[in-house]
Amino acid sequence: MNLKIIVKRLFFLVLVIWAASTIVFFVPRLSSRNAIRERFGELSRTGGFSPADLEKLIASMQQQFGLDKPLLEQYVQYLNQIIHLDFGYSLYKYPSTVTELIAQALPWTIGLLLVTTVLSFIIGTLLGAVSAWPRAPQWMRTFATPFILLTGVPPVIMAILLVFFVGFRLKWLPLGSAYSVGVVPNWSWGFFFDLMSHQILPALSLILGSVGGWVLSMRGMGITIQGEDYVNFAEHKGLTGGRIFRDYYLRNAMLPQVTGLALALGTVVTSAIIVEGLFGLPGIGSLLNLAIRSNDFPTIYGVVLFITIAVAVLMTALEFIYPLLDPRIREN
Amino acid sequence: MNSMTSGTRAGSRNATSAFDAGGATPVLRVSGLEVTYYTDLGRAKALDDVSFALSAGEKLGMVGESGSGKSTMALAMMRMIKPPGRIEGGSVFIDDTDLMAMTEDEMRQARLSKIAYIPQGAMNSLNPVTRIGAQMVDAIKSHSARQSRSAIEDRCVHALRSVDLDPSVFRMYAHELSGGMKQRVCIAIGILLEPKVIIADEPTSALDVVTQRQVMETIDRVQDQINAAVILIGHDMGLMAQFVDKVAVMYAGRLVEVSAVRDMFTAPNHPYSKALISSLPNLDNKGVFQGIPGLAPSLLRLPSGCAFHPRCEFAMERCSVERPEPQNLEEGRLVTCHLFDEEASQ
Repeated sequence: MNLKIIVKRLFFLVLVIWAASTIVFFVPRLSSRNAIRERFGELSRTGGFSPADLEKLIASMQQQFGLDKPLLEQYVQYLNQIIHLDFGYSLYKYPSTVTELIAQALPWTIGLLLVTTVLSFIIGTLLGAVSAWPRAPQWMRTFATPFILLTGVPPVIMAILLVFFVGFRLKWLPLGSAYSVGVVPNWSWGFFFDLMSHQILPALSLILGSVGGWVLSMRGMGITIQGEDYVNFAEHKGLTGGRIFRDYYLRNAMLPQVTGLALALGTVVTSAIIVEGLFGLPGIGSLLNLAIRSNDFPTIYGVVLFITIAVAVLMTALEFIYPLLDPRIREN
Repeated sequence: MNSMTSGTRAGSRNATSAFDAGGATPVLRVSGLEVTYYTDLGRAKALDDVSFALSAGEKLGMVGESGSGKSTMALAMMRMIKPPGRIEGGSVFIDDTDLMAMTEDEMRQARLSKIAYIPQGAMNSLNPVTRIGAQMVDAIKSHSARQSRSAIEDRCVHALRSVDLDPSVFRMYAHELSGGMKQRVCIAIGILLEPKVIIADEPTSALDVVTQRQVMETIDRVQDQINAAVILIGHDMGLMAQFVDKVAVMYAGRLVEVSAVRDMFTAPNHPYSKALISSLPNLDNKGVFQGIPGLAPSLLRLPSGCAFHPRCEFAMERCSVERPEPQNLEEGRLVTCHLFDEEASQ
């Protein structure tokens, strides 16, 4: 890997982030809604503001957020903020900053979505590899079948079914929310188990639905690789079955899977919006959902940009890792 | 299966013994080897009562049309016949140990250390994602774990040197090597543990003629170094003529003739060998090609009696009824043909 390629990749990384941030800046502005007016309108219904005071208040807030300036000037200011990774204050949850909101939401999403995505990748890849390996015992090979069947069930339906049967009917696990009501988060085992029991159903609904996809793609590749000459020659060399499986078969068959993992990580947030919404978890997906509904564009900018940067960085990292897995693409 | 093995072995002892007459005790004795593929269309006997012996340092060329059972024989000797194929009987003795009687793990240990296989498609026989060195080291390690890293590496580099490759190949990947180099890496791997028997399955099939010659000379040289018996499988009669000591001709899963290379080319015995030799283009009558009439029979529906009789110009009445058995002629030659029945009985 030479310097030229690294610089080129990093340049593209910046380009992607800039393009995404520009699109993200202009799209919410197409809406005629005014988040500040809506927020204070809401407040004025409950409290007693005079309409004149309200207008003054809104105008001063507009000024504070820079919304009174020309759009282009706002855009330049916005780009400046991005460079410093500072997204300002949330309109809806003022005076929290967007960065604070993201920092609070992030552990939930990483804990659930990232972990389940990686887990289903590992489980699915191994199951798929075994199911295509002619020397694996039959009972091991049939393990993959139920997961393949479950790929047909959308995660939302899966989540609803799980909540209904396991949570509501059997009452084995809590129905939703991040942890039990009334519990204050702390560093004790009791809280940890409470937390985990709330994560099982969301995690299951995500894993059960996505393992099958990994199984299918790995199985397809595995069937091709197990017939390759080098796998046969490895057996002629008198290697043990385990070593052939790992170094000759799995190493080669899983190369396309790694590309698939990169693509799957890109869609993590999309599924977060649905799953976190369904189970009432305060993650990035819920934050984005709320921000869009209240037209809180600093938060929208912050979340979307954060996701864009995260995915772009992950992809770039993967591009640097890929040559380590496959020496054939190192030179060009 | 054991009783079956001993039965066939006894039946073909006659055929093997002729080769002992050559002098040295044979290092490899194959007798009564039988392989059947159970397909949806029926049973296909891919290897039928194959027996031969080979001494250390000897080279046997194995020729025959596609589907005649050459590769099946190689796989059967490595005990790598995969379902729906099955080894039905026979024995493969290397010195005093019968490969067919070994346990699965003993056989794994025997591969490469007693009997090595150099693959047909060397272009694709090396793992593309690991270094050549790693693929040599794991071969040694899986046979003898108790060796220092540097001792193993020395051994690999030595093997690479003996096939005329630079030691730097140890750190390279398969895609950085040419076809001939990859084939030589496969040979180097084959001789790593100095096996008694080396089977080279069409080692030159994807190479140009110059490289073919280099590869054959490499095989020749490493064979001398470790004094192994070599079985060379291939279609190329010209290449065989230059490099092997004995030629075995296979037809429809049977060994129809085994002769010293000179005898085979000057005075082939079996009508099929005759047809094979005369189908070779030669300089005396340029431009005239003589093929063998008819097609190789399907293993699922073999002709009655001698499988070759429908294509044989010397076919007699009994050829279509009675199956010929392998018989020994003078000078250690073996032939499976009714034409030689009286000769043998005289």
